[in-house]
Amino acid sequence: MTVVDPDTTAADTVASAADAEAARRRDPIARLPVSVRFALYAVVFVFVLTAAEQISGQSRLTAANTWASALKLTIPIALAALGGLWAERAGIVNIGLEGMMILGTFFGAWGCIQFGPWQGVLIGVLGGAVGGLVHAIAVVAFGVDHIVSGVAVNILAAGVTQFLNFDWFGSTNQSPRLPEVVGSVRVPGLHDLLGARLTGPSLLVWLAALVVLAVAAVRFLTPERVEPLRRRLSPVGSFARPAAVTVLGLLGLLVVVDLAPYLARQERFGISEFGRIVMGLTAEVSWIVVIGVVAFPLTTLILWHTKFGLRLRSVGEDPVAAESVGVNVYRMKVVATTVSGALAGLGGVSLVYLFANQYRAGQTNGRGYIGLAAMIFGNWRPGGTAVGAGLFGFTDTLSLLSGQATHALLLVVAIGAGVMVLRAIITGRWLSSLAIVAAGLAVYGWYLVTDELPNEIVVFLPHLTTLLVLTFASQRLRPPAADGQPYRRGQAG
Amino acid sequence: MTRNRLALTLAAPVLAIVVATIASAIALVLTGYAPGDVLSILADQATSVRDLLRTVNRAGPYYVSGVAVAIGFKMNLFNIGVEGQYRLAGVVAAAAGAALPLPGPTRVIGILAVAVLVGAAWSGLAGLLRAYRGVSEVIATIMLNAIALGLTPFLLTRYFEDDSEGFAVRTRPIPSGGRLPFLDFLIPGGAPAGARFNPFILIAIAVGVVYYVLIWRSRFGYDLRASGSNPHAARASGVDAKRMTVIAMAISGGIAGLVGLSTILSTPYSYTEESFLSGLGFTGIAIALLGRNHPVGIALGAFLWAFIDVSRTALSSATPPLPREIATIMQGIIVFSVVIAYEVVARIAERRDAAEVARRTEDPPPTTEPSTAGAAS
Repeated sequence: MTVVDPDTTAADTVASAADAEAARRRDPIARLPVSVRFALYAVVFVFVLTAAEQISGQSRLTAANTWASALKLTIPIALAALGGLWAERAGIVNIGLEGMMILGTFFGAWGCIQFGPWQGVLIGVLGGAVGGLVHAIAVVAFGVDHIVSGVAVNILAAGVTQFLNFDWFGSTNQSPRLPEVVGSVRVPGLHDLLGARLTGPSLLVWLAALVVLAVAAVRFLTPERVEPLRRRLSPVGSFARPAAVTVLGLLGLLVVVDLAPYLARQERFGISEFGRIVMGLTAEVSWIVVIGVVAFPLTTLILWHTKFGLRLRSVGEDPVAAESVGVNVYRMKVVATTVSGALAGLGGVSLVYLFANQYRAGQTNGRGYIGLAAMIFGNWRPGGTAVGAGLFGFTDTLSLLSGQATHALLLVVAIGAGVMVLRAIITGRWLSSLAIVAAGLAVYGWYLVTDELPNEIVVFLPHLTTLLVLTFASQRLRPPAADGQPYRRGQAG
Repeated sequence: MTRNRLALTLAAPVLAIVVATIASAIALVLTGYAPGDVLSILADQATSVRDLLRTVNRAGPYYVSGVAVAIGFKMNLFNIGVEGQYRLAGVVAAAAGAALPLPGPTRVIGILAVAVLVGAAWSGLAGLLRAYRGVSEVIATIMLNAIALGLTPFLLTRYFEDDSEGFAVRTRPIPSGGRLPFLDFLIPGGAPAGARFNPFILIAIAVGVVYYVLIWRSRFGYDLRASGSNPHAARASGVDAKRMTVIAMAISGGIAGLVGLSTILSTPYSYTEESFLSGLGFTGIAIALLGRNHPVGIALGAFLWAFIDVSRTALSSATPPLPREIATIMQGIIVFSVVIAYEVVARIAERRDAAEVARRTEDPPPTTEPSTAGAAS
């Protein structure tokens, strides 16, 4: 499959890049730092959910256990998506994620039964990595089409795991139950770490601390202020700003976790809901989930802030140029695809450990493909990928709720459309704001004339959303330039 | 020269078969089973009329699914959405087939037309998104798959369900005018017990003929293949690439719509979740790969795939029983071997051509290392 569209010429690309830049300057939100932007999205989302609940009289959308289960359902998709990110950043389309997840589920379950929970995690990850390696060898060494090889990996992985399961466990479609899985942890707040007791006055202190931290992060860590310091302290200084931002961010998160129970008790619009959501997300978290969450900042760090990451991404953008400056393109592609398989394998392990407690044939249920969609939704970036995976995980959770609870989701979409219209008007995109108004009104009408949302429809809402996002935002998405293209050493001649 | 080319063309499938056999045998030996046992079961199966009949019955839908995928491949489009297209088309065609007021055998035509239209509309969406919004058809069809798999039970339980009868969730049975007769009379010596000759094979053959004529014997097919192998040259010669994308996707989906009709036009003459075939979309991709997108190749691939499928029953009922999952592994290994074998042979051919051209133009033979010889030409 060629990704090159004959109608996209270099001139088009330059023009659209200039357009995007102009739109960026008009859009005040796009100028904010990434962390602030994501925090803003989160706040708006919570308010929209709260408003929808108040109008419809439902309370499940922001219940703590809804969000706890949403986090669990997000992790397998998120890990597959992150796997896709690694491979595609090195220019390899990995549609074999599904198969690598399947390998993760089986070998994770087998390792857990044979050796123990943590060994199971490791073996599952290795199983996925082997799947990634097979894909890498077929694509890099033999020049097989990326999608063809991925499909073959999916078929082979399903067959191998079912065969081995029959051979080792004597059953055609499931393994025995796991004796035990890895434990869980309550995410501690700051006062837990300090060993202090939480009292009324100390809450005020925490609130004040949070404000100070936020102001400090935004005000004093601007590049202009850090630059002189960096020069004076070089080379230590070059780490000063990222390190400071990380520490401040972590402290802020710990304070938020601390405040959550207090916020949940407030009977105020949006505040108590926010507290409940944070409590749901932190109350009891499996170590697998913790690893899955940490994998995201770690990926950002490795791919965007190390030499290795720069080389890996250069291979995905322009392998010929990368080769000309001495990057071993083949090795980079193989390493990236193997890591990709390992992450998908971890996603498979998380399915086994968090839900079924055993390997089952067909357990992944297309989550590898969904992961790929979540990554594209997230524009080939870790932050967006996490949001995309969260969207799928949250809707998965809703499909487990009653029809009335999910009915309120229509209202969420309608109100969300209102928020998007505001933004579209600010940035002067009149045409798209009209389209959004029409869509929002249509969904609101749907909400009014029905009493509940059929479960069959809830199940595919995230897919529909992804399709709509791709339809209206695909021009702003930017895959790695050489994604999916065959590459042979010395092809520049 | 031509003899060399013929040898190279044959080399790929032979290499693939050898590699697949060896790899399957290694997998069996490693897990403690005798490859000879499996081989003798497969040999028995090849001489049993009943098993061959079951193989052909299974191969029909596989063939149609493989052709649907192959049409996309011919234009470098990847239709992963066959799964959703044929399920949606199947349920709508079954409901329409029972409801439409059509006289006699025209009902069959009506069912076929509805199935083709629904499949074409569903995949056409992906084609439109690809052509006019730049959305990768791979992702679009995966999403449309999920939506179709949700819509199908929704439509079935809320609108199309036959309330007149029992608990089974099914559409109303097709009236007799819309039923194709069994082809048992074609089998010498009559149909063996417990097996019937499904008439769907006629539709599969018709699809194969249409595919061949359309792609290799029509102007449209020439444009389509040109757009697939060199989009820039095709555009220079006046082919509208966007229009071709939409049409190719729609044709692919239209043919995909026919895949599930073997249980609508034949027993049990209605759509039920149990009887309707599932998973054929992904199998179709593998079969199109095996057949190299050629009508005859796809037929061989479909037959081989169905043959291995049928062997599952024999494997698990053998004494001592062999794991039926061997069949799935063999299928996976075969796909991988074929894909890699063709790629390796293509590289060898490319290198030979380069050497041939170099010799004819009386240049000094390429002195660079073999892997760069292709680029040096």
